[in-house]
Amino acid sequence: MASSSAGTLYRGREGMWSWVAHRITGILVFFFLFAHVIDTAMVRISPAAYNSAVDTYKNPVVGLMEVGLVAAVVYHALNGVRVLLVDFWSRGPRLQRQMSYGVVALWVLLMVPFAVRHLMNVFGG
Amino acid sequence: MAVQTRPEQAGGRPRIAAPRTPYVSRRGGNFELNSWLFMRGSGVLLLVLVFGHLFVNLMLGKGISAIDFAFVAGKWANPFWQVWDLAMLWLAELHGVNGLRTVINDYATNPTTRFALKTLLYFSALVVIVLGTLVIFTFDPCIDPHSTLAVCQTHH
Repeated sequence: MASSSAGTLYRGREGMWSWVAHRITGILVFFFLFAHVIDTAMVRISPAAYNSAVDTYKNPVVGLMEVGLVAAVVYHALNGVRVLLVDFWSRGPRLQRQMSYGVVALWVLLMVPFAVRHLMNVFGG
Repeated sequence: MAVQTRPEQAGGRPRIAAPRTPYVSRRGGNFELNSWLFMRGSGVLLLVLVFGHLFVNLMLGKGISAIDFAFVAGKWANPFWQVWDLAMLWLAELHGVNGLRTVINDYATNPTTRFALKTLLYFSALVVIVLGTLVIFTFDPCIDPHSTLAVCQTHH
């Protein structure tokens, strides 16, 4: 752990929590990608092997986990844009805090219609 | 104790210790700079590729409940989706590996642990990229000789 008599740069505000959330969502999506490539590889064995693999996903529990997965992907993508703006836009660093709220607002705006549509498909609506 | 000044207010005299590693010009390229740039470049491309992937597979039609072998066969009959998925596979895996490499560097302080975790990480990436690429390029929609898919009716 970093320690310094002059204190550390991160003080637990929006910037740090965005960084924490970016890290957690990134790790989550990385592990899903591993599973997703393995399950898709079943198409190379037989249609039955692939269909039985995806059938294990088609239940309400995994359906809800998929909402969580997409929530992680969408947050990571939107906060990634914020990181780009902080790095390459001259006003980015000054507006990083406001942009972190923009990321959350946009994330909610995208996740609500997604969750409604996806859960309709999951629960057969 | 002096009152702490915020770096942007200090007129170019931030109260942060100077970096311990002095700047050295690198002859063989700067790997960390390149990987930093790669994260941003691949991130922009992945934003389009992954959002498109999620929209087409989960939002259009019946979404997740319509995904089966025939759905995959229908998509990969089109070279557009083969290229799309191949680009997404490589960029996402390399982006993820580079991210996990950073996480390992940050938290695993024991050299043996670092080596073990990175070996596992790079091995898993190799498996994912090789397996995924092979699957996209060697996919056979008529792998089942009794297939009832339309594409399999013309060549018996």
